[in-house]
Amino acid sequence: MSGESGKPKTPLPGTYLKRDEYMKLPGLIKYKPVARYLFSAGQAQSRFLHGLKEGKILGVMCPSCGRVYVPPRAYCEYCHTPTSEWVELPGTGTIHTAVVSYIATDRSRLEEPEIVGVIRLDAPGYKEDQYEFAGLFHKICGVTPEQVMDGSAIGMRVKPRWKPAEERTGSVTDIECFEPVEG
Amino acid sequence: MERAAIIGVGWYGLRPTTPEVSFREMVFEAATRAYEDAGIDPRQDVDAFLSAQEDFWEGIAIADEFAPEPLGGVLRPTVTVAGDGLQALANAVMLVQTGFFDIVVVEAHGKPSDIASLGEIYEFALDPIHHRPVKPAHPLFMMAFDAQAYMMRTGADPSHLALVAAENRARGLRNPRASYAAKISVDEVLEAETIMDPLTRYDIAGYVDAAIVLVVARESVAKKLSDKPVFIDGIGYATETGTGTLEWHSWGRMPSMRVAAMTAYAQAGIGDPLSSTDFAEVEDRASHYQLIALEELGLAPEDQAHKLYERGEYELDGYYPVNPSGGSLAMGVALEATGLVRLLEAVLQLRGEAGGHQLDGVERAIVASWRGPPTTTSMVAVLSGPEMGF
Ligand SMILES: [Zn+2]
Repeated sequence: MSGESGKPKTPLPGTYLKRDEYMKLPGLIKYKPVARYLFSAGQAQSRFLHGLKEGKILGVMCPSCGRVYVPPRAYCEYCHTPTSEWVELPGTGTIHTAVVSYIATDRSRLEEPEIVGVIRLDAPGYKEDQYEFAGLFHKICGVTPEQVMDGSAIGMRVKPRWKPAEERTGSVTDIECFEPVEG
Repeated sequence: MERAAIIGVGWYGLRPTTPEVSFREMVFEAATRAYEDAGIDPRQDVDAFLSAQEDFWEGIAIADEFAPEPLGGVLRPTVTVAGDGLQALANAVMLVQTGFFDIVVVEAHGKPSDIASLGEIYEFALDPIHHRPVKPAHPLFMMAFDAQAYMMRTGADPSHLALVAAENRARGLRNPRASYAAKISVDEVLEAETIMDPLTRYDIAGYVDAAIVLVVARESVAKKLSDKPVFIDGIGYATETGTGTLEWHSWGRMPSMRVAAMTAYAQAGIGDPLSSTDFAEVEDRASHYQLIALEELGLAPEDQAHKLYERGEYELDGYYPVNPSGGSLAMGVALEATGLVRLLEAVLQLRGEAGGHQLDGVERAIVASWRGPPTTTSMVAVLSGPEMGF
């Protein structure tokens, strides 16, 4: 579309507008909405967030079908019954899927590519299948983009890298990332 | 064509704040109650789910994606209606009447206590080219436009509005769902701080968090499953113009409600709503809207609602009871769930389950709601109770 200078290689006919000239044209109305919220995390997610603050990954089990929910829900979406029994997961797991991202939300180029993925958490006693498992979406560290791109990262054993206890706030970012289990 | 009937209702909240639950949990609680009421299993018995919500109320873009799970609708046909819950109910009625759907679930919820910039979201709903740049102090000014125009047209004065506010809030004292119920006098309403002249703080309804879930069934199915089905004899909705909505709107009137009512009455085979129905739950998120609604619905002659109201014609023991629940002034505004809150009240009345504010021998009701400022969208439903269905 455009050359390195940002201008078309072959100039198009017409009058070129500078950005500020363009923004001053009648017919362009700028508006920035003010949309602020205070989301109630609710019963299940609040308990989960309290767990993170204590360095624990908590899941909740459906009494009817035995599914373990991480992230937790107050209800089983398959049985439509309230979930009841809380379980502490060891935190370890395997990389279920991962990607390397080279661009930010505004499509600007990242200086360092970022790796994000879904971690299939170990949930002893829970018979998971291909699509339903206790898991978390998070950043992945200690893994190279090449390992992600050649597929060797998939299935890799990982564990959470926790923030120091005094820095945890009860947020999913109390886990900095998931990183490979040593050895 | 078979009618559609409501065979289950469930609600949660109707309180100014509900910090104990997420919006999903609130919907789950309401859904569980509705399914218990209808005696159905949502994972086996429901053919489609409808949810009424709007992204900026939710604080989630494409919030539709969160609709199925708390309803039991995961991997089942679910669709969102960006409007009031009564609009979703109208769509459920149409689905049922195709003959392909036996049971359809309708959900609406509002959690205004989660919204930290409610005024700015209202501003965001204004026309971006013509209205937002004017930066009105508060976008609720349009409710006061309607109040002024209504009084000028009819000769009503602020005491008529205050009478509605005081009565509705007092009626709420008998309704366990009415968080804003209060024993206040007309003078107290008039002397309270002015919010938007001529409306004082008691003339304008407060906000509540609420989730409402309905189970709607085809008539033949409803009669098998329920001994107290409430039939939807007619339901209509309409919207005025969007561009120039402030310039073109007939202030002091609600043309969309008149059109919605004509649609619903035609479906229900109603000529004169006053003689064909027994009571109404009507729009009152500010006091004057109750009077305007009475005229638009054909429940009061042109310009006469305030006079009939003054004479006590719409009291619980009057000629035609209006808002036995205390309305939104007593129960609050639950954003897109507001219409279904009012419908819930009508259903409970028709089943004889309204408790402290139960009316005697009511068989047919009108429910009329507005989607609130700055919309010009209204919905009207005509319901008939179990006895009328057989
Ligand atoms: Zn289950």
